[in-house]
Amino acid sequence: MVKRYVAIWFPYLLTDRLAIRQPELRGEPFVLTMAEKGRMLIRAVSPEAEAEGIKENMVLADAKALFPNLLVFDFDAAMSEKLLRRLGEWCLRYTPLVSVDVPDGLLLDVSGCTHLWKGEGYYLKEITTKMKAGGYHVRAAMADTPGIAWAVSRYGKEGQIIAEGELLMALLPLPPAALRLDDAVTQRMYKLGMRKVRDFIHLPATTLRRRFGQQLLDRIGQALGTSPEYLEPVCPVVVYQERLPCMEPVRTRKAIELALDNLLETLTARLFKEGQGLRKAVFKSFRMDGKVQEIAIGTNRPSRDRQHLFRLFNEKIAHIAPGLGIELFVLEAPVVEELHMEQERLWNKDNAFDRVEIGHLLDRIAGRVGEESIRRYLPDEHHWPERGVKRAASLEEQPSISWPTERPRPTQLLTIPQPIEVTVPIPDYPPMLFRYKGETHMIKKADGPERIEREWWMDQGEHRDYYYVEDEKGRRYWLFRLGHYSDDRSHQWYLHGYFA
Amino acid sequence: MNFCLDANTQVCEYAKNEDMEGLLDKKHRIEELRRMIVAAEGFVVPSDLNNPLSDLGLMDKSFPTGIFPIGAIHEFVSSDAAAAASSSGFISCLMGMLMKQKGLCVWVSIGNKLYPPSLTGFGIDPDRVIFIQVSREKDALWAIEEALKCPSLAGVVGEIRDMDLTASRRLQLAVEQSRVTGFLHRYRPRRIENVACVSRWYIRPLPSSSDPGLPGIGRPAWQVELQKIRNGKPGTWQICWAAGQFHYLDAQVVTKGDVYAQTGTW
Repeated sequence: MVKRYVAIWFPYLLTDRLAIRQPELRGEPFVLTMAEKGRMLIRAVSPEAEAEGIKENMVLADAKALFPNLLVFDFDAAMSEKLLRRLGEWCLRYTPLVSVDVPDGLLLDVSGCTHLWKGEGYYLKEITTKMKAGGYHVRAAMADTPGIAWAVSRYGKEGQIIAEGELLMALLPLPPAALRLDDAVTQRMYKLGMRKVRDFIHLPATTLRRRFGQQLLDRIGQALGTSPEYLEPVCPVVVYQERLPCMEPVRTRKAIELALDNLLETLTARLFKEGQGLRKAVFKSFRMDGKVQEIAIGTNRPSRDRQHLFRLFNEKIAHIAPGLGIELFVLEAPVVEELHMEQERLWNKDNAFDRVEIGHLLDRIAGRVGEESIRRYLPDEHHWPERGVKRAASLEEQPSISWPTERPRPTQLLTIPQPIEVTVPIPDYPPMLFRYKGETHMIKKADGPERIEREWWMDQGEHRDYYYVEDEKGRRYWLFRLGHYSDDRSHQWYLHGYFA
Repeated sequence: MNFCLDANTQVCEYAKNEDMEGLLDKKHRIEELRRMIVAAEGFVVPSDLNNPLSDLGLMDKSFPTGIFPIGAIHEFVSSDAAAAASSSGFISCLMGMLMKQKGLCVWVSIGNKLYPPSLTGFGIDPDRVIFIQVSREKDALWAIEEALKCPSLAGVVGEIRDMDLTASRRLQLAVEQSRVTGFLHRYRPRRIENVACVSRWYIRPLPSSSDPGLPGIGRPAWQVELQKIRNGKPGTWQICWAAGQFHYLDAQVVTKGDVYAQTGTW
């Protein structure tokens, strides 16, 4: 298939943006300036100011001399790329492959897209009209290579479409600057009298390289399609993507649900055919006013169950604000995994159906309260009670060691041990009584001590001697004393948990 | 209530018509009718065969059909940390029995303090429990409801503080569909309202039971108070947990139901 590209040029990108934001500026001559080397330099010029003879890179004082009523605003260097990126995202409705061409353009790979707008002419017109309606000055051109499209959009007639295979013809009457060369190279060419491409294109390659460097040959090659040029897409192309344009902008929840269901049907059918299941899905809605809203879901095991996925999305549909209406829906599955009909058993006692059901339940819960809140614990190889468990990475992960059962462990473990006051008659004996939160507990029975050493390779400090004690009312506690007994200091005791 | 009256008159009719039949037959019929009433009130009588909690000993007499109601919601109330630990222990025992049949359970809580390794003592592999930790009561209730709707779970434990009648009704409706057993553990509730749960339990720690002459702490023991049970007779027992079973410390506990039976007012 022949590749086709569209280049869009925004000659007044930044000033247009300002005029859109402050409509009173429309029709006024104004410039954007930036301080450089101790003077104010003009970096962007509005069309009206340009008509007054003011040019880019002029010093502001000179411009004021030409036109005293000139309005001046600040220039933001990072703005143009940000703005182009936004415009590029807006253009995703015309083609999935849009790339930003800093500082003032966009390049679109439109191969195979134009027929949806009944032809290239209509396609290009649609883009430029929409952009102009939005308040931007644009010039666009279409050609077989990005290079020629770029050149023609800037130096050719407006809205020109270069027919397939007529690259050279289109390039010949253009100035050398149309080849995207460095300023120094173009100026040298002008000095040598090469004012059009046709003046030098027939010269031998070696000569051109010697005089103007490799860049010129590369650019010519790119323009004529003999050397490759890669576009960096604004958003990476997703393999699993379904699009649903609307005949008319929709606003109701019902319509959004219908669109979602429709897209899910095609996507799941495709996933089924290819033996895949999705782990993440994004549902994007493109609004008429250019805003893109998206809702995303994740599943903890690959899924292509349409109903289940719909339920997951359904929780979040309320987050979509349709505004004036949505004109395009896109469903993407950025993360997919292989999903075969038969998988290994998760736990011995359940069957495949249960497993899928529980997976669905957890997906729904994760969708609402967050994946972080779902936890499974596995035993960890640590003595220290707080480190005795670790979070399981997935639902399938099995314990690598068996759960310790030989020692009593409390049903409830306090995250931070609480200091208590104790009375201990004999060293290394369990306490006789302890006081916690103003209540005195007489200890009737006790087990212990169980010494748990601190893991010196992880942190420094004293060991703990744990006692399992029961008070006069039958309440059972886990207490510990920090460190060894010695005569010269008192010992701190802590309450660390409650037994059932 | 109407239905109950109807059923009672029916009982009388049966009694009149079949005067000649033995007393035993009458008893059977009454038993059958009672089952019908229970079923009409929204919960299915579990068959003895697939109820893993079919043999709990003395306690069984208190339950509507002589069997622990699974597929329903039980409420546990605890007022201090020690009682909360005991309640968690008792719930874990029941859940351990339920999990022998199905693989997994869900434990929903706000600020979980449960220490998973302790579950091994109650017959649960801690890695088969899915903990869901949320920060808001609203989310907790929602998660409990969603979990209760999933018939593939062995059971659901929900640790929440407050709950109103409407919320509990929603949960009850969920289990009527899915037949999942739910345990709601309410720690220090602000108010104890009427809720649509099938029972209300208070579990308090008791001095542990150990064999005479042995030092140290023995098996965990609790005072189990079944304060409310729909269609059943409330009671109090002293229970200890050992070797995967409940053991009754005091077999001669008199339940309210027994008193009623003796005085003939039941």
